[in-house]
Amino acid sequence: MTNQEYIESGILELYIAGSLTEEENEAIYNQLLENPDLLDEVLKIEAAIMQLTAAASPQNSKFIFKAVREKLGLDENNEPKVIPIQQKPIINWITYSGWAASVLLVIGLMYLFNQNSALKSDIQVVETELQEQTIDNTLLEERISETTANLTEVQKLLSVLRDKDILTVPLAGQAVSPESYANVYWDKGANTVYLDVQGLPEPPAGKVYQVWSLTLNPLSPTSLGTIDEFNTNANKIFTIENANESEAFGITLEPAGGSASPTMEQLYTLGAVKTNS
Amino acid sequence: MQLETLVSQFQNKNEKAFETLYNMYSESMHGVIYNIVRDNDLAEEVMQDVFIKAWHKSDSYSAKKGRFFTWILNIARNAAIDKTRSKTFKNSKKNLQADFFVDILENNESLNEQTNAIGIKGFVDKLAKKCIEVIELLYFKGYTQKEASETLEMPIGTIKTRNRNCINELRIMLDVK
Repeated sequence: MTNQEYIESGILELYIAGSLTEEENEAIYNQLLENPDLLDEVLKIEAAIMQLTAAASPQNSKFIFKAVREKLGLDENNEPKVIPIQQKPIINWITYSGWAASVLLVIGLMYLFNQNSALKSDIQVVETELQEQTIDNTLLEERISETTANLTEVQKLLSVLRDKDILTVPLAGQAVSPESYANVYWDKGANTVYLDVQGLPEPPAGKVYQVWSLTLNPLSPTSLGTIDEFNTNANKIFTIENANESEAFGITLEPAGGSASPTMEQLYTLGAVKTNS
Repeated sequence: MQLETLVSQFQNKNEKAFETLYNMYSESMHGVIYNIVRDNDLAEEVMQDVFIKAWHKSDSYSAKKGRFFTWILNIARNAAIDKTRSKTFKNSKKNLQADFFVDILENNESLNEQTNAIGIKGFVDKLAKKCIEVIELLYFKGYTQKEASETLEMPIGTIKTRNRNCINELRIMLDVK
């Protein structure tokens, strides 16, 4: 029910008249607490009824409160005795010191409150800093472990490069991409090839580089696999298994997933293994 | 001062608050009582008794039960009706059944300064009989809506809306909008 509907129902007029039940009265009382518009309406109805009922009182009536007072025995004699003048200063002193004490108390409380707030905000600042520190630490730890991993990899590569048994095969850029280059470090004993493709451009979307082991007479390619992680590997060095008697290595650009035989038009780099003979 | 504060001081037996409430409501209560007993001195006596009673049983008032005005109005109506039932009253008075509050208003030559005399006169002049009956029963006699509906032989809903319309008329004349 809207306020307007409630007012229009006429229940508030009956509320003032006292014609409602106890439950209805209490329900209205609760409404009035929450609803200033309804309370305003009630006050206006009450004012009108008060004027109307007062108008029924004959004009020459007297409304002397003294009569009620006397009947109740509340006359002047019952009022507390006047306090003697001599006591006044003491009372004033007590009053003033009372006030002074309350003022001091208030100031003290305010000071404590401020201190408390300051401490609270300090704690918060420290907590925030601590949190940031923790986050920083975590990042730092990640960074360190990454770096350690990289370092291990680099050390491994370094040891490969220094190993006298490793064959280094430079792969030169071909017609499709003359500026490209790559290096193969072939550990024959371990049947492993380390491929450094730093000098290759990023493959276009949907394409991958595929590594081939070649024998030259007759020319026959064997796939060593595709370099699927070209973009995500920071060092651009890949370890590939190679048990073939390779005479040369080539890298072609192939559709994602790789091809069965190399697309020679997309041959990026090629290099022959130097024979010791 | 807020009425709630005044009433709670009154309930704590604060005489000053009592006097303030007396000054606020005594004339209205006198009007209601006078309408029932039709004797000025008697009305004054009953009215004083009403306030004395209110003082003694101030604890029984709670805002949840209704407005303070309504509470004291109830005491006043009951005290006045009790008075008309007393032996002395019956012996000295004629039957008052037919009188309505409007008779007083019409004969009340110079209404008190506190009341909006022009507004009240205007209301009485304009007031239809149906308004007089409903207001008489609900406010001056303290009938419940059910009792009023039985007495006037009309549905409770009609009592409610008619009363609302009549009080609206009154408020317009008194400029309490």
